[in-house]
This record gives sequence, structure tokens and C-alpha cells, in this order.
Amino acid sequence: MLKYIIPFILFIIMAVFLGVGLSLKPSEIPSPFINKPAPSFSAAKLEVPEEKLSPADLIGQVWLLNVWASWCVSCRGEHPILNNLADKNVVTIIGLNYKDDPANAKQWLDTLGNPYSASITDQEGRIGIDYGVYGVPETFVIDKKGIIRHKQTGPVTEQDVQNILLPLIAKLQAES
Amino acid sequence: MKYLLFAFFLISQTSYALDSRQLADPIKQENYEILTKELRCLVCQNQTIADSNAELASDLRRQVYEMLEQGKTNDEIVQFMTDRYGDFVLYKPAFKGKTSILWIAPGAFLVLGLLIVYIFIRQKRVSRTEQGETVNAKLDSEKQKKIRRLLEKGDQS
Repeated sequence: MLKYIIPFILFIIMAVFLGVGLSLKPSEIPSPFINKPAPSFSAAKLEVPEEKLSPADLIGQVWLLNVWASWCVSCRGEHPILNNLADKNVVTIIGLNYKDDPANAKQWLDTLGNPYSASITDQEGRIGIDYGVYGVPETFVIDKKGIIRHKQTGPVTEQDVQNILLPLIAKLQAES
Repeated sequence: MKYLLFAFFLISQTSYALDSRQLADPIKQENYEILTKELRCLVCQNQTIADSNAELASDLRRQVYEMLEQGKTNDEIVQFMTDRYGDFVLYKPAFKGKTSILWIAPGAFLVLGLLIVYIFIRQKRVSRTEQGETVNAKLDSEKQKKIRRLLEKGDQS
């Protein structure tokens, strides 16, 4: 009897491990930033390079930091969804124009629409490193106190907006 | 021709250097090489930042280079990277609660495997001797006599 039970139990254990392995997404690395203050920066705005923006300017607002670039293919897919979200006027969206040519970036916003209250430029990818960016597009949700509450790696889909972002934004807006 | 081909493979093995950054201080240079081989490129995931051609890897190499120039220690640089990218960025993660399974599992599986092999062999040995005894017992009783008889017959002829 034992002869059959032991292999069967081993099989179940292996099946559970493999099953869990299948459902993991190795490309999604848990961000160490959740519930930590958004790293500070002071970066030039894309449209008005003389002006600078830093996270301290946004204290008191719930905001999204969306990392994008004109060379990034999935950003193009994500863009209309951000435009829709911006139209809802529920949250401030800041763009981090990552390792991009400003001329290309401006042209992209002109043709595809601009969901961002402002975009800041990070041509050398240094702010990107401070935010642990490794796969554009990435989106951070930051609360009124400047704490990162959520991070999404990869393009935001309509489902993500409905199921994750909007409820979270509503919750964070309600916080003082 | 064969030798030429062989030589070609030798060359291609060694000439993959992706960046030409050179720190003036040989100790820092050594640290640079150690660090870039311990940090994982997050885009390609199974390459170190020393091996990877990805843009992020080259940015991270630049970061390591600059921090070493500023006189930061290896520990400070590793801490800087884990603060931003998590333990995943390290090929040798520190031993702590979250990573303990990574460190313990291989040893545990080895012990478990050896234990299974030991039990398996012992069982085999026990059952074989048991079988041997019963066979011997049967042989003793009837067949042994028959064999002896046959052998005696053979001797006579």
C-alpha cells in the first residue's frame, strides 16, 4: 500500500509546485517601493525645459507617474487608455519621458494626444534607476503624502483602469 | 583549417567585453568587475549586467562605475541596487527570511534524496536476503535432493 501512496504524494507535491510555477510571472519583479516615499528628483519639463518639477510639488495630490518613451511600442498601445483616464479628471498624471529624444517625444504627444499634466525628461535614465524602472511602460500610483502605493510594470489596460487604478485612486483621494 | 576554426572559437570566447570602462585604481577596477558580475540585468533576467547588452544593463554599469569613482563601497552599491530593484537584482541574495528558501532548498533536497536512496537500498537488501533464504529453504527440502541425485547419476555415467 505504502508503495503506491508515497509516489502519489510525491506526484501531488510536484504538481502543486509546477502549477504554482505556471501562474507566476517572472517578468514581474515585486517592487521594493510599495509604501515607501517616492524618490525625489528635480527634472526639466518636456514642454518647458526651463521649468522643473519635483515630487514635493505634488504633495497633497494623488498622482500617477507613467514612464513612457516614443521608442516604446507598448506605450503606444497604452496611450489611448491614459488619454481616457485623463479625460475623467480624477487624478493627476505625470509622464516620465524615459531615455527619449525630446523632439520625438513632443511629436508623439502632438499626434497621439497628451494625457499628462506635465512630462519630465530623463534622457540618461537616472530617474529611471532611482525608481527601479526596468521595463517601459511602468506606472506608479502615489498618494497625497508622496508615498508610492502601487506599481504596474507593462502597459495599463482598460481592465487595469477599471479594476485596480480607479478604485485605488478613489480610496487615496478619500484619505486626508 | 580545423585549427583555424578552433582558434576562431577561442577568440570569440574571450572578446565579448561589452564596455571599455576602466577605473584608474586597480582595486576599484576589480570591484567593478566583481559587482557587475553579481548584479542581474532585469530586462534579460538570466544575464549579469557585465554580460548583457541591454540598455538598462549599460546604465547600471555606468551607475556602478560612477559610484566606485565617488569612493562608495561594494556594500553601499549593492544596497543602492536592492533598494531600487529588490533582492532579484542580486545573483547572491543575502540570507534572510524571504530568501532563506533559496539557500536552504538545495541542501534540503540533497539530504532528502540521499535519505530516499538509503531507504531504497536498505529495503532492496532486506527483501533480497529474505527471498534468498526462502529460495534456499525450498532448495534444501526437495530440489536439493533432486539435484544431488542428478549429479550422482551424472558421475556414474
